[in-house]
Amino acid sequence: MEVTADLLVNALISGILLAGFYAAVSVGIGIAFGMLDVVNIAHPAFIVLGAYVAYIAHEMLGADPIVTAFVLSPAFFVLGLVIYRIYYYAFERHGQESLRSLAFFFGILFITEVVLILSFGVDYRLVNTSYSSTTWRVGFVDFPLRLVVPFAVSLAMTLGLHFYFTRTFFGRSVLAVAQDPLALQLMGVNPRRVKELAFALSIATAGVAGAFLIVIQPVQPALGRVFIGLVFAITVLGGLGSITGTMVGAAILGIAESFTATFFGPSWSPAVSFGLLLAALAFKPTGLLGR
Amino acid sequence: MKARWFTPIVFTVTLLVVALALATVTNNYFYTAAYIVLQFIILATAWNILGGLTGYVNFGSAAFFSLGAYSSVVMFSLFKAPVPLAIPVSAAVAGLVGLGAGYLTLRLRGVFFAIATLAMSEVLYTFVVNWDYVGGARGAYIILQDDPPFGFSNHTQYLFTVMALMTAFAIAVARYVETSRLGRGLAAIRDDEVAAECSGVPTLRLKLISTTVSGALMGMSGSTFPYFMQYVEPTSSFSLSYSVNAIAMPLIGGMHSWAGPLIGAILLGTIQQIVQVTVSSAWNLLIVGVLLVVFVTLAPDGIMGWFDHWRARRRRS
Amino acid sequence: MTRKHPRLAAGLHSAVQLATGLLLAAGLASAHAADPLKIGFGMSMTGPLAGNGKAALLAMEIWRDDVNAKGGLLGRKVEFVTYDDQTNPSTVPGIYNKLLDIDKVDIIMSGYGTNVIAPAIPIAMQRKMVLMSLFGTDVNAKFKYDGYFQIMPNGADPSLGLVNGFFEIAAAMKPKAQTVALVGADAEYPHAALEGARRSVKNHKMKIVYDKTYPPNTTDCAPIIRAIQATNPDVVFVASYPPDSACIVRAANEVGLKTKQFGGPMIGLGYAALKTQLGPLLNGMTSWELYVPEPTIKFPFIKEFLAKYQPRAATEKLDPLGFYLPPYAYAQMQIVGEAIQKVGSLDQGKIAKYIHANKFSTVVGDVSFAKNGEWAVGRPLYVQYRGIVGNDLEQWKQPGKAVVVWPASLKSGEHRYPYDQNRK
Repeated sequence: MEVTADLLVNALISGILLAGFYAAVSVGIGIAFGMLDVVNIAHPAFIVLGAYVAYIAHEMLGADPIVTAFVLSPAFFVLGLVIYRIYYYAFERHGQESLRSLAFFFGILFITEVVLILSFGVDYRLVNTSYSSTTWRVGFVDFPLRLVVPFAVSLAMTLGLHFYFTRTFFGRSVLAVAQDPLALQLMGVNPRRVKELAFALSIATAGVAGAFLIVIQPVQPALGRVFIGLVFAITVLGGLGSITGTMVGAAILGIAESFTATFFGPSWSPAVSFGLLLAALAFKPTGLLGR
Repeated sequence: MKARWFTPIVFTVTLLVVALALATVTNNYFYTAAYIVLQFIILATAWNILGGLTGYVNFGSAAFFSLGAYSSVVMFSLFKAPVPLAIPVSAAVAGLVGLGAGYLTLRLRGVFFAIATLAMSEVLYTFVVNWDYVGGARGAYIILQDDPPFGFSNHTQYLFTVMALMTAFAIAVARYVETSRLGRGLAAIRDDEVAAECSGVPTLRLKLISTTVSGALMGMSGSTFPYFMQYVEPTSSFSLSYSVNAIAMPLIGGMHSWAGPLIGAILLGTIQQIVQVTVSSAWNLLIVGVLLVVFVTLAPDGIMGWFDHWRARRRRS
Repeated sequence: MTRKHPRLAAGLHSAVQLATGLLLAAGLASAHAADPLKIGFGMSMTGPLAGNGKAALLAMEIWRDDVNAKGGLLGRKVEFVTYDDQTNPSTVPGIYNKLLDIDKVDIIMSGYGTNVIAPAIPIAMQRKMVLMSLFGTDVNAKFKYDGYFQIMPNGADPSLGLVNGFFEIAAAMKPKAQTVALVGADAEYPHAALEGARRSVKNHKMKIVYDKTYPPNTTDCAPIIRAIQATNPDVVFVASYPPDSACIVRAANEVGLKTKQFGGPMIGLGYAALKTQLGPLLNGMTSWELYVPEPTIKFPFIKEFLAKYQPRAATEKLDPLGFYLPPYAYAQMQIVGEAIQKVGSLDQGKIAKYIHANKFSTVVGDVSFAKNGEWAVGRPLYVQYRGIVGNDLEQWKQPGKAVVVWPASLKSGEHRYPYDQNRK
């Protein structure tokens, strides 16, 4: 394959746009898994749930999926609160939680899938927005709005979360809670409350990522499963415990995928992505930005 | 019961059960369903040798299973290898990959190890998809034209018997690992790896032995799969359900001894088989999901944990 | 032993329970085996292909109700025994052994797609059962089973028959197409189609300039389309499954793919879901279809069938058009039903012989079978989408939107090229 400036720049732009979507999909795991040590393997199922909610709102009211997602994010937040409650009483109270909770979240993943199948059927669903079929062209570079809009919103969301976690008292207490819950308690903060709210926030991001998903590609109830590997790869690759880590991981995998597809053969892109992750783990076991 | 009696007893019991089944049950459905349950017993037992005993969570059981299956495919394509020859080769290949994976990843602690096994699974999957000799994405056919050996009336019964013997073998190995010095070393790693290392336990070597043994047993469980299906393709052999079940079954049964995965696999595997042909529809996924949630929330140490707890209480009273 | 080793005992106890449970199930089921004629199969009701599987199931149920309304088969009421195969081949041996040993069904059918058909064939062979199967690609090539039949209309050399029309259209362009880009998803069916495409390209003396596959769950296909565009092919051939069909179509529009002919056997473009959702993005594409409401396509009773199917599909949230799989799912039942009726018994050998020897008039037209169980003469359609406006479903029920450009005998319009000038 001949490498031209055209292909190179477009591959880079495509990769960055894809990374925006990947960041939105993974940021919830970045919070739940990276900061709180909750192995929420059901996260992608909540993303698919978000996609269906956005789909329904679009069908019934003609609402834009992304707007819907933000309007309904409190509902996802509450869902997150409920799940964390169950999780807390079942596992965290007893310690040794991460392994058993894995099976728990698998159960939640299956249950969510079934709920989706029973309420929406098994057919593929997709939403056409006003910007779905528009592509901006700057010189020879394509900017399909189908990806640009989710990218922009995702960037705003992840940056917002980043500043929230690094600049506010609550955010910092989230970062502290995994390290030293006792110290936090001494400061008059209830660690459980902190984790609960942070987890709920992570589920709220799943709702938004779901809206992106249905704008970008057709969705069916079992789609969540294919994202499990990807979201964990992204969070671990960048390094746990920070939103920037997730963003870096998403950027690397997005760009790697786009370059592999353009210059080598798309079939190899999973091997390249996960090979990168393995190499990163062998080289720096805590991820690129890990502490 | 002395340790040295365990293996002969397991094998004798297995042979008796198999003989009883072959003598009384004629419908093939029993053998196919039992084959799948036995396959999960091996997977769960193998997973527990690493996951239960050392606390290292292998998320890539499907990859080891597929390594076994695809080794058989290669052996069959090369020279129509019979089942008894394919099994040790599959186990050896998967064991070697287990060893290699152990070398590369065992420095990783906890979740990082789990993610690394998941990544390894994806990489292997991509290789199989792009490897035309084993059929690539189209899958491979293993067409059994001859009658099954040793006078079995059909292949399903033959493979069921082979699977039952492999299950006995896996349980014997698991029990040996658990009760030997190796097992005590592994338990020390689970409880506190640093402390174990400081007190002279050769942690790396022990962990490598257990990744190898665990990988080999998983490969063994997959080795007969192509003969059983007569068709293998990568998407289903690398299916998430193998990895999930391999973790969920020991969790449900209890991870601290060989009996836990056995009970968990029998219970969950049988329920899955029954649900599949009774409540057949989206509801079967729901039942499995609810079971997972209910079991891990209500029985924190699995069924064996429950049982031990109950026994301890009875002794006290 | 029991006292000292309760764990072992518990394990054994469970094993015995499993055995007795299964035996009990066997006994109960056989007690019910009374009058009705039972037809059993697994079908994708969950998993990635469930949308198709459930639509096929609905079509088959419509057939069952139609037949029962006319008094059943051999004077017996027809009953279905169905299980969810979860779109997963490893469930298939269990399902079919259960169907045959415990449910004692009289006839088996396959699930949807090669992956679940392949593991069912050895079981059918072992029990000497006729297996009428639904949309597998050349599955019988390895088994060579004479009781195997397949309803996808690609002809005796299925992977070639599936794609040949596409390249005949390419060869008929003036000037004749010279260079071809092939791309497809990493899954069974697209790989089979690509294999056929390579042969067809060779037969037509064209040159392959790009030949790659991609993972089925690719999110953004623009890099693939750009890499294809960089080779500047006359023809772009795509073999894909539903989610990536959408991915490729959108990417082609976003990148502004410039080529003379673009399309191929892209599964999903036949369903209402993708037809309505992609809408005008499909304009100009040359795509494989199995039924379109063009005046040249005169299948007997298809209108009556669709009139029954469409309202039920709408309430069950299934493919509301039913142009792709459902008519063929119905037709395969018609064939099996007719064979049973004519043979006058459930003798599997005779049924197989009858199906091999006769021509059937079905809802998808006349069908007769080749030695390998495929259609003796294939009849895939290649259509060109035209004048699609917006995302309205009703327009797809009108003629002139998916114009048949191949085969010549069913043509309802001329192929317009190049693709990029007919996109609007």
